[in-house]
Formats: sequence, C-alpha cells, structure tokens
Amino acid sequence: MSSATAAASAAQRPSAGAAALKDAVLTALIALGLFAPIVGLRTDVSPTGGLMLRQRWGDVAILVGLAFAGRLALLAWRAMRDGPKPASAGRAAALRKAGAFVTPVMLVLAVALPFVPGTGRYELDLGILVLTYVMLGWGLNIVVGLAGLLDLGYVAFYAVGAYAYALLATTFGLSFWICLPLAGILAAFWGVLLGFPVLRLRGDYLAIVTLAFGEIIRIVLTNWVSLTNGPNGITSIPRPTFFGLTFSAGGGPGSFADFFGIEPSPTHRVVFLYYLILALALLTNWVSIRLRRQPLGRAWEALREDEIACRALGINVTTTKLTAFALGAMFAGFAGSFFATRQGFISPESFTFIESAIILAIVVLGGMGSQIGIAIAALVMIGGFEVFRDLDEYRMLVFGGAMVLIMVARPRGLVGSRTPTVALGERKTIGAEHVAEGRG
Amino acid sequence: MAEPILEAGALTMRFGGLTAVDAVSFTAMRGDITAIIGPNGAGKTTMFNCITGFYRPTGGALRLFRDGTPVDLHRLPGHRIARAGVARTFQNIRLFPGMTALENLLVAQHVTLMAATGFGIGALLGAPGYRRAEKAAIAKARHWLEATGLVDRADDPAAALPYGQQRRLEIARAMCTDPLLLCLDEPAAGLNPRESEELSALLRSIRDGGCSLLLIEHDMGVVMRISDRVVVLDHGRKIADGTPAEVRADARVIAAYLGEGDEE
Repeated sequence: MSSATAAASAAQRPSAGAAALKDAVLTALIALGLFAPIVGLRTDVSPTGGLMLRQRWGDVAILVGLAFAGRLALLAWRAMRDGPKPASAGRAAALRKAGAFVTPVMLVLAVALPFVPGTGRYELDLGILVLTYVMLGWGLNIVVGLAGLLDLGYVAFYAVGAYAYALLATTFGLSFWICLPLAGILAAFWGVLLGFPVLRLRGDYLAIVTLAFGEIIRIVLTNWVSLTNGPNGITSIPRPTFFGLTFSAGGGPGSFADFFGIEPSPTHRVVFLYYLILALALLTNWVSIRLRRQPLGRAWEALREDEIACRALGINVTTTKLTAFALGAMFAGFAGSFFATRQGFISPESFTFIESAIILAIVVLGGMGSQIGIAIAALVMIGGFEVFRDLDEYRMLVFGGAMVLIMVARPRGLVGSRTPTVALGERKTIGAEHVAEGRG
Repeated sequence: MAEPILEAGALTMRFGGLTAVDAVSFTAMRGDITAIIGPNGAGKTTMFNCITGFYRPTGGALRLFRDGTPVDLHRLPGHRIARAGVARTFQNIRLFPGMTALENLLVAQHVTLMAATGFGIGALLGAPGYRRAEKAAIAKARHWLEATGLVDRADDPAAALPYGQQRRLEIARAMCTDPLLLCLDEPAAGLNPRESEELSALLRSIRDGGCSLLLIEHDMGVVMRISDRVVVLDHGRKIADGTPAEVRADARVIAAYLGEGDEE
C-alpha cells in the first residue's frame, strides 16, 4: 500500500519516490547500526558456566525491516496529507457549530446523572471522581491557562485543603461548611506564600520550583507525625451534613432520611456528595468565566501574552501573578476539603506528583484557557481510565497512546482557540496560532 | 508653553564597565515633540528604558512635571512610572497578540478599571459602578481606534493585523493609559513613505491633544518634519540639542551621525 502511494506521489514529482526510498534506506542503515550491537549481540551464560556471545541476526533483520517500512509509510502519509487541505475549513465550521451544543448538553447530563436509570453507586462514584478533576482542572486553568504560569505542584494546595479540613474537623469539631472556606483561605495563603519567592522565575525555572514545592508539602505531611499522623494518615474525618442532617446508614433521629420521611439508603449520601462537587465545580467555572471578562482576568491573559508590555501599561505584575496563584490555590483547597470529607480518610499517598501531572495533563489536553475543553479532557482522562480497567496492564499503553494521538491531532489541546472577552461588533473566535502559551 | 515636562539631570547608566549613557542632561518641554537621535549604539534605547522604568539609572535624576510638581521617576518601581503618566511603545512591537485590538486597549486601562471593581468582588457580582467604568473604557478605546483608523479591526486579534496597523495599535494602546508623556521607540521603523506620513500626522494630532512626545527615530524625514526639538546622542553623550534646523547645521552632528560632510 505504501509503495502504491509512493508511486502515485512519484508521478507528480518524479524525484519524490526516489527521495523517499533513499530516506528509508538511510533510516534502515541507522537502525542497523543501532540494533546490531544492542540486539544482535547478547552475552549469555553458556551451559558450561562460562560467558558466551549469542548472535541474533534474525531479530535484527526484522527490526531493520520494520524501521524501513515504517519510515516509508510515514513519508507516504505525509505526501498524502499535503494534498487535500481545504476540507479542514468546513470541518472547523461544523465543529464550532457542534461546540455550541456541547456545553448545555454536558451540563444537563451532569445535573441529571443521579436520576438516569441504570446509574448505580459505581457510576456516581465515578462521576464524583471526574467532577473533582474537572474542578481541579478549572482551578489550575486560572494559573496555567490564563496567567500562563506553569505550575507543577498544584496538588500541594489540594493537600493543604484536605489536611486543613481533616485537622480542623477532627481537632476542633468544626462542621464541613465552616471548614470549607477556611480550607480555601489557607490554601490561597499557601499559594501566595509560594508565589512570592517564585515571582521572578519564568518558564522552566518556575516549573521546577513549583514541583519542588509540591514535594515539600507532601514530605512535611509524611514526616510531621505529631500533627498529621504521618504516613498513617488521618482517619474518621467527619462526613458533611445537609443543613445539619446527617446521612447515617441506619436512619435514626436527625438524619436526612428521617427528616424527609424516606427510606434510609446509602445512596443519599453519594447523591449529595455528587451534587456538592458539581456545585463546587460550577462555582469555580462561574468565577473563572466572570473574572476572565474583567480587568483582572484580562490582565492575567495579557501577562501570558507579554509580561513586559504589561509593565509598560502600569499593571502591577507582582500582585496580578499572586492573585492568579491565590485563586487557583483556593479552588484546589475547596476540592481538597471535599476530597477529605468524601474519603473519610486521607494520607500523604494521595498527593503525589502524579496527581499534579494528571491535572496539568487535563489542562493541556483540554486546551489552555478553555473551560469546556478541560471538562471534556477530565472526562476522557479520568473516565476513560476507569472504562479501560478491563485491559489490565495494557491500560497505561492505551492511555498513553491516546494522549499522544490527541496531541498530534490537536497540538494546542481540544479547544485551542480563544473567545474575546469583549467586542464592539461580533465576537470572533481567535485561532490557536495567535494565542500565546505563556513563558511563566 | 515654556514649561518643562521631563527633565533629565546628569543621567548615567552603566552595565558593568560599559557606560551606555554618560551624564546626559536635557529638558523636554510640555506640548513639544522631542526627538532623540544618534547612530546605532549611541545609548538612545538605554535612555528610553531608564525613562520608562525598565532600567534603574546608575546615577542622575529624572523628573516628570505633573501639574507643575516634580515626580522623581528614577525612584519609582516600573509599573508606577506608567501610572505617573509615562507611556511607551517598543522598537519591536509588543502587543498582546492573541487578544483583540479592543482587548489590547482595555488592558491598557487596567489601573482605572481595577479601581472601579472594588477588589474584584463588585465586578464579579456585576455592580453598576463597574459597568459604568467599563462602558467609559470601551468608549475611550473606540475613540483611539477611530483616531488610529483601526475601528474596523477592533475585534480582530492583534497578531492578525498588518505591520503598520500593529504600530498604530501600539500607539493607541499607550494613549489609553492617559499619559502626560508618550515615549515612542522608532515608531516609523519598517513603514512605507505613505504610512510614515500618516504616522507623522497622528503624532502631531496627539501633540495637539495636549500630550508631550519623546521619540527615538532613525527616519530623518519624520524627525525633521515633526520634531520641535532634537537631542543628539553619540557614544552615550549628548553632542547637540536644539531645533531641527540647528541640529542639521551642527558640525559635530554631521561628523558623528550623518557622516563626514555628507548631507542627505
């Protein structure tokens, strides 16, 4: 098949086929050079106990052949792709039209999920998990997507929120609703604390310091045993109440089921938690959408586009960056205290670097700065990961492949374009090629 | 109109052993267009960066006269200088490329708008005071878009504008900060003759609107046509200062800048 396309392209450009063949031969030669020592020669223990050299030239031939065919196929695909291009414009218009329906449909689905027939405990738990990551994604989006500050230690604020609720609730017996804002404020405080020293840093340097900060928080949580109970974590964290009504399984006086005179069921709590995280996520969304259309949000985006120009316009870069850090951290703090109350148990194990990486991947895959893109990315990443559970050890492979595919097809994330915050006439979407990614 | 707007006193900027600006003193008058010219490496942009707060001068003083009272620019942090009334454009255009022309102009009014938001809370909840401020900001942006002939491109991303329009948009953006002094770093660079003629007209109208201008320029046509005063730098020192006609006749300027006796 590849030779057929190569021949077709050769008809248009006489030397193209020959050039591709030459390229593929060169690739095969490089592969031979690499695989001959690595694969072809292998030291083994001989039956007599000595060391012997085993030769595997057959395997080398297969690998070199694969490299040759692969390179040829790649070149043929590239040649084919160069041909039909204008179709993408129409496709983009259709996509935009479809995009207008995605948001309301997803919102209705999210609200109605607990009442959809066939939704059981498992689906609701998965929904809660996905929504938690949607919220974290939206929170991190303020820092990474809008302000363009690459934060690799976002999970630290999630941890601060979770431990703040766990400690306040278990030590002082404060209710979830009092602890929730406190956890947010504490996380925001830590956001500012991290923000101050790293303000001068940009890009890669900022990423490394935030990464280190995330690790510091986790290691302190692990080692400060007298406060956090170390790696054993904090157990029996109180569950949230619905205006003072508990969700105890057995019903009883003062419980939700008793008050409304319904059959006590463990599902009530799950449904309640589901709506709680949905409300928190929507709050995050609402605040970020509103702020984006206002001076502060515009200053964040301007900061991402060009920090020096911002300074020349009298924008205080320091406070603008700090507000981004603080707000992003605050929403992580909210999500953290929700996490603590849902699990009833937290330990430093839940706040490893991989969590930060997943949240960042959601933001990048979704398209930095896009609310709906991030929601879809969270659904695909977290939900997809669960759906492919049956694949066992191949799950990571499928997952990694899917991520690579998304980034190849849409290098600026699912929704890379940007909608202007204000317009004199009609709001025209700004293509991803114009929007800056931020240099920290 | 003999009031000064900006006064540089023995302004010095050193980078290690290199003295880029060496004890330069000059005064720019209110309502004037003052041009700073000089060969490449004369220290023009360095001086500009000192005036606009991107460098902190090693020595000397910079005073902006705001309603007659002097403001020490050399003591202010970078973003405060813009708030004091000095706006600037850049030699290599620095717009916010992914934002529309209108958004660019609104970001320029950040300080005024932010004051109306009530720490962000009022704006978040849609308070009427903020809405009024935003309406006024959009009106001002529209005014400058009209003045620079960009009103048709208001909703296009800045990166999609052609070069000449980007230059004009940057000037409009600087003017949206309500400056007393507008500093332009080579505004005519890369413009064709017709565009630079339009630019001259725009700069003159800005001056007539009451804003003083300071510009670095290589295009002698533009400099001689619009400047009221010209300051000539060479190797970090001021070598001449006067009206365009005086500077043009100055032997030292001809020697250092225009070439040995070679009038253009």
